[in-house]
Amino acid sequence: MTVELLPDLVLCVLLLVVAWSALFASTRRDAMALFVAFGMIVALVWARLGAPDLALAEAAIGAGLTGVLLLRAARKLPVSSARRFDYRRHLGALTFIVVAVSGFAVSIILPSPADITANNIDSPVAAAMSDSGVSHQVTAVLLNFRAWDTFLELLVLLFAITGLRQLFPIEKESLEPARTWQLLVSWTRTLVPLLLLVGGYLLWRGSSGPGGAFQAGALLAAGCVMLRITGMLPPLHWSSFAVRGSVCAGTLLFLCTAVLTHSLGAGWLDYPEAHAGTLILMIETLATLSIAIILTLLVAGERKDLCS
Amino acid sequence: MTPGTLVDILSWTLMAAGICFYLTGALGLLRFSDFYCRLHAVTKTDTLGLGFLALGLAIASGSLHTACYIFLIYLIAMASAAVNGQLLARYKLEQEQSKDDS
Repeated sequence: MTVELLPDLVLCVLLLVVAWSALFASTRRDAMALFVAFGMIVALVWARLGAPDLALAEAAIGAGLTGVLLLRAARKLPVSSARRFDYRRHLGALTFIVVAVSGFAVSIILPSPADITANNIDSPVAAAMSDSGVSHQVTAVLLNFRAWDTFLELLVLLFAITGLRQLFPIEKESLEPARTWQLLVSWTRTLVPLLLLVGGYLLWRGSSGPGGAFQAGALLAAGCVMLRITGMLPPLHWSSFAVRGSVCAGTLLFLCTAVLTHSLGAGWLDYPEAHAGTLILMIETLATLSIAIILTLLVAGERKDLCS
Repeated sequence: MTPGTLVDILSWTLMAAGICFYLTGALGLLRFSDFYCRLHAVTKTDTLGLGFLALGLAIASGSLHTACYIFLIYLIAMASAAVNGQLLARYKLEQEQSKDDS
């Protein structure tokens, strides 16, 4: 056992403790706060595992935007009473943890353990990197070799926003605008240009390093949400063509590419090698726009954003 | 004593000081009585603790480039901690005042 293992073990224990507390917190508010903390720890775990792409996405979406979403939902719900302690639920979770941890321990202790830290996907991906049009392996997998998955992820977001629009008419009144303080306004003015800069950098950087559409989109969405909350950004009316266009842009470009590559080239989403880099950059750019607008609407969208 | 060990001692001392501040802040968060005291404990000690930690890491990194990055990160973290502390305190204050009025 080496010293380097110590922070990892601390993280593992912390992850389990926070997950447990989030699941079995006595009040809803505590559970939400703990869930956000859980997201941050998961981001740290990804970073320790050498997956900064996932760490960025988890921190921005899992902890940040989901946290805002939960807190906003909590404001509309009645205050929950403290939950009664039910030992049976704890017992089930405890059994699961014991079984899972002992299974993991057995798989490590047994002779000739599968080396989980080795990059097993490295070899085929590395061999195909020259055809992918980008130099970062994660981006190559997400937007070229397994572009289908990313396309479906965008579709999921599109379904989510459609579902939200269906649900909205039930609600009688929208939230009253939050009182804005001068401090919040000037802090937003400082932070949003920085978010724009970092978001653009992550998008551009995605082809050669950690970054990409989801991370950049989440950062841009965070900026939009701040602007929207402070009232500096007018409502994003759904009736406006620009909003609807941005929401669909990423998916539409993906779809067009898929149809074109199928009818003209080798197959669905099988990019021609010469244009792969340009295509990926275009898809990433429009996907970033779509993700940013959809996440903004999901988190900060009100009646006047979504139903007018 | 070589310059290398000197740098090590300096950076580790700074980082240990930073961790001490964090521990103090956590203690204050757990033990102080009301909202404002807890906020006071956490914001001050976190800013100082992160400062010491960042300084220690910058010295340990041994490159000006990395040190500049760490300094920029520290600036943003410090500013956002200060703003967040203020906003939380103001929100709480307004809530209490509106409760008193009604």
